Amino acid sequence: MTALVLDDLRAGYDRDLPIVKGVSFTVTKGEAVCILGPNGAGKSTMIKAVAGLVPCFGGRVQLDGREITGLPSHELVRKGMGFVPQTENIFTRLSILENLQIAAQLLPRQDRARRIEAMLAMFPDLSSRPRELAGALSGGQRQMLAAARALLNEPQVLMLDEPSAGLSPKLVGQVFDTLRRISDTGVTLLLVEQNVRAALGLTDRALVLVDGQLAHDGPTVDLHDGKLLGELFLGHRAAETRA
Amino acid sequence: MNPQAIIDGLVSGSTIGLGAIGLTLTYSILRFANFTHGDFLAWGAYLTLTVAGVLGGLAAGLGAPVYPFSFGWGLPLAILGGVVLTVALALGLDRILFGRLRARGADTIIIVMASFGASMALRSLLEFIFTAKPAYFTKALQIAKPLGLGMRATPDQLLVIGLTLVLVLALHLVVTHSATGRAMRAVSENPGLAGVYGIDVGKVVRVTWIIGAGMACIAGVMAGLLVQIRPYMGFDLLLPLFAAAILGGIGSIPGAMLGGLIIGLVEAFAVQIVGAEWRAAISFVILVLVLMLRPQGIFGQRGA
Ligand SMILES: Nc1ncnc2c1ncn2[C@@H]1O[C@H](COP(=O)(O)OP(=O)(O)OP(=O)(O)O)[C@@H](O)[C@H]1O
Ligand SMILES: [Mg+2]
Repeated sequence: MTALVLDDLRAGYDRDLPIVKGVSFTVTKGEAVCILGPNGAGKSTMIKAVAGLVPCFGGRVQLDGREITGLPSHELVRKGMGFVPQTENIFTRLSILENLQIAAQLLPRQDRARRIEAMLAMFPDLSSRPRELAGALSGGQRQMLAAARALLNEPQVLMLDEPSAGLSPKLVGQVFDTLRRISDTGVTLLLVEQNVRAALGLTDRALVLVDGQLAHDGPTVDLHDGKLLGELFLGHRAAETRA
Repeated sequence: MNPQAIIDGLVSGSTIGLGAIGLTLTYSILRFANFTHGDFLAWGAYLTLTVAGVLGGLAAGLGAPVYPFSFGWGLPLAILGGVVLTVALALGLDRILFGRLRARGADTIIIVMASFGASMALRSLLEFIFTAKPAYFTKALQIAKPLGLGMRATPDQLLVIGLTLVLVLALHLVVTHSATGRAMRAVSENPGLAGVYGIDVGKVVRVTWIIGAGMACIAGVMAGLLVQIRPYMGFDLLLPLFAAAILGGIGSIPGAMLGGLIIGLVEAFAVQIVGAEWRAAISFVILVLVLMLRPQGIFGQRGA
């Protein structure tokens, strides 16, 4: 049962200068996969292309067996794609509740209040002051709100771009605990992450992206000591891709 | 100082405020200064006049003034038609011009220049079709009635002020309390993220044009009713409209309204001191002062 398939995906901001240069991989339903790679490798660009925010120049993307290549982001949400961007991932000038209400707008009317309640129950930090501006939240709480917003629509695949960026180690732990709970409910997770140690406890499989191409695909534990990862980042073992 | 300036200021300020709403919304959601907005006021007035003419031809009684106003039932009906046509004009322009430039990722300055060119074309087209000669919604004359404290107003003027306040209040409630309003505020903060949240940004853009062009049409009709209809009427209002939108804070509907009223009142009083020939300069002075002293305007957020 495949949840997400990328087939020779090429994407970027300028057709003559693709950032993602032909990436293929398949994610099984319920799997938790992390994507590693040096800064500027194209990790964000790749998941943005999957989420419909960056133009695809070639190749295909399938969600749950359906072709979704090049669909606009708002349609993908309805098809079960959840995406939490790396930065600017909440509306700071809207209240916490309003952020959730926007997402809930896609649900049938009778389910909206219930789903918002469920999310607030899942994230106690948010439920204590739902009418406060989201811009007043701390970095970790913002990540919580961003995740809650995406989860509210019960996505089949949830993609998060560096949810631990800029967080203190304690908060990273909190965010990853939450992600583990989400993963345990059967949601397929695709996670861009620089923090290998944090990713280790959550994901079984790691993809390494170097210069817009897949340089490695294997169990996350293999990257645990950092030696292989260092070599991959430097491009020494780019040939060793295991598809 | 003549207290009549208060009424004059509130009346012209209502038109400016209502007209500035569309400007402030397109500025905050589509992120460009739309120079064609003034022409939406003028087109709204002429389109309404045309519909009124057609209605008058169908049923002569529609033109007969309804006491105490200077116009008959034909005008409110014609406004409905005028609003629909003005909205169609704005949506059409977005489809063939602004939307294409956006889709191509054009720089803001390119879109602003395109709107400047479209504005000239729209204005010339009005002159071509209707000639530069002023037109009127009604030939009926109205006597201004004393309101006390040395102020006078015609029933038409009082209606304009009242209708404006009702429209602005209703719009404000919609934008602060409805899902559509929430989506508009979200798109104005971050259009890319809005898509990620599942908002159809194209739909929000259309709603923005509908509200903006609809209000522009009504503002144009008000200006036409109280003064006269001319192809340049919208263009001449452009500076006060921008001044009101920026003074109120970009994106804020009550701000645009308050900004409009302030501009109208300051103009009315200043004209008594410096003379009517300086009227156009007054908005400009206010605009420059706001940009220097409080660029985010009255209700605007910093960095918005
Ligand atoms: N909006 C954009 N327009 C043009 N080029 C961009 C844009 N965003 C990113 N790029 C370029 O694309 C390349 C890949 O960037 P991307 O953000 O995908 O890398 P990343 O792997 O996510 O890096 P990081 O680990 O720093 O987040 C970089 O060279 C960057 O300069
Ligand atoms: Mg990135």
